[in-house]
Amino acid sequence: MADPGIRLHDVVKNYDAPGHSVPALAATSLDVRQGEMLVLLGPSGCGKTTLLRMVGGLIRPSEGWIEVAGLPLWTTSGRNQEAVRKLGIVFQEPNLFPWLTVEDNVALPLEIQGANRNARTARARELLNLVGLAGFEHRRPRELSGGMRQRAAIARALAGDPQFLLLDEPFGALDAMTREQMNIELQRIWMETRQTVVLVTHSIHEAVFLADRIVLLSPRPGRIDRVIDINAPRPRAAEIEASAEFQSTVLGLRQRLGTIA
Amino acid sequence: MTKDNHTRLLPWITTPLLALALLLTWHVYVTSSGISGFILPTPIKVWHSYLDELRGAALWRHTWSTLYETLVGFAWATAIGLGLGVLIGRWRWLETTLNPFIVASQVIPKVALVPLFVVWFGFGPASKVLLAATLAFFPILSNTVLGVKSVDLGHRDVMVALNAPRWKVFTRLELPSALPYLLTGMEVGVVFAIIGAVVGEYLGGSAGLGYMLIAKMNAFDTAALFAIIIHLTLLGFVFYWLMSSARRLLIPWHESVLIDRANP
Repeated sequence: MADPGIRLHDVVKNYDAPGHSVPALAATSLDVRQGEMLVLLGPSGCGKTTLLRMVGGLIRPSEGWIEVAGLPLWTTSGRNQEAVRKLGIVFQEPNLFPWLTVEDNVALPLEIQGANRNARTARARELLNLVGLAGFEHRRPRELSGGMRQRAAIARALAGDPQFLLLDEPFGALDAMTREQMNIELQRIWMETRQTVVLVTHSIHEAVFLADRIVLLSPRPGRIDRVIDINAPRPRAAEIEASAEFQSTVLGLRQRLGTIA
Repeated sequence: MTKDNHTRLLPWITTPLLALALLLTWHVYVTSSGISGFILPTPIKVWHSYLDELRGAALWRHTWSTLYETLVGFAWATAIGLGLGVLIGRWRWLETTLNPFIVASQVIPKVALVPLFVVWFGFGPASKVLLAATLAFFPILSNTVLGVKSVDLGHRDVMVALNAPRWKVFTRLELPSALPYLLTGMEVGVVFAIIGAVVGEYLGGSAGLGYMLIAKMNAFDTAALFAIIIHLTLLGFVFYWLMSSARRLLIPWHESVLIDRANP
């Protein structure tokens, strides 16, 4: 395979309910290309978080298979650690450990891998610089604002130097202004690190602003409705939202969401 | 601003005033009612009795006995309560298996075990240590179980995503998460351990503050009884202070500490 990104082949997820099983995601196939910013967009109940958690190896597909950089994510003996190491995940909540400093939180993946203190500190500093948190190394998470906590969570996800960065509605809990700022920041970080990004959102604006490709999901059961290419040049500034092209893409998506939701 | 200062400084005046008023009421009641000094001595007599005891060797010898029994019993309770609590919090089947026994160990009036402990371990410190440990064990266990179960699911996701091995999940996530709960259990447990040691001393042996209380009762020395009660109360304060210092030291990041700091 020329582009060993992430491949999903006929992936299905059913949840067990009393007496029957509820399909959360119908058979879904999708290729995430190396280096792209892919956004999973859909209304609640469309299985977008389920899809991302399966790509992240947090839940196991009921059927089908997933490959990460050419490696099967699940093998007969369980999760493939080598594949998991290529993934970094940012959750809806920052999920920082309140008993650790910001620096130690960011360095947690390295600590778990057994890196020594100096290497950990150096890498954590570098990442805090990247996400704009230099000077906050020794603060505790609770001393940071919501946006800063999510920046720290992004830095932590990057610490293990993953090839793929997965973000599950990372800015959903932030106020509109911080959210807009974080979108611009995420674009900058992505352009600097050139990781492959898969981001889940229910915000049409966020999707159109960030994505190279938008995968629109429809609910009950979740499945891919369509895939849309966004070709606006980068870096995109906040003003792009005023452009006619942006507006018409947003409008098109809104109308489509109105019929499928 | 000044109003804040008022509410902060006021207890430093009102609390001693209230204590003084209570002591005065006590004193006036004893002197005016003609009640026998054997039944209720004046606070001044109690104070002198306490000073006498503090100067003597007996009080300190007995204090060490009680302290030893309390601390050793408490240490056992903490070790077993923590160990078992972590296992029970982790494995659901272990909890269902052990639950009837744990509830039984909780509802049994533990003081009823003292005669048995004396038969098994004699009148020495061992039987008191055992009672102190038995009393302190349950709050430590139940709080540890609660702590291990209360680990944030989002935090768990982080560790799963990072491929953390079991041991790292325990030391880096479960232990720090459960620590505030464990400390709460220990705070309750240490007070129970004192109760266990003192009650154990009532019923057997010739050492400890509990034994001293019984001896003073037999001698009709009511003032000394009060003095020892005050002594035990102060001991309790020391333990309480030690535990809350441990809290500030070990979990400075936790809400319980931060709230205290914001409203001292």
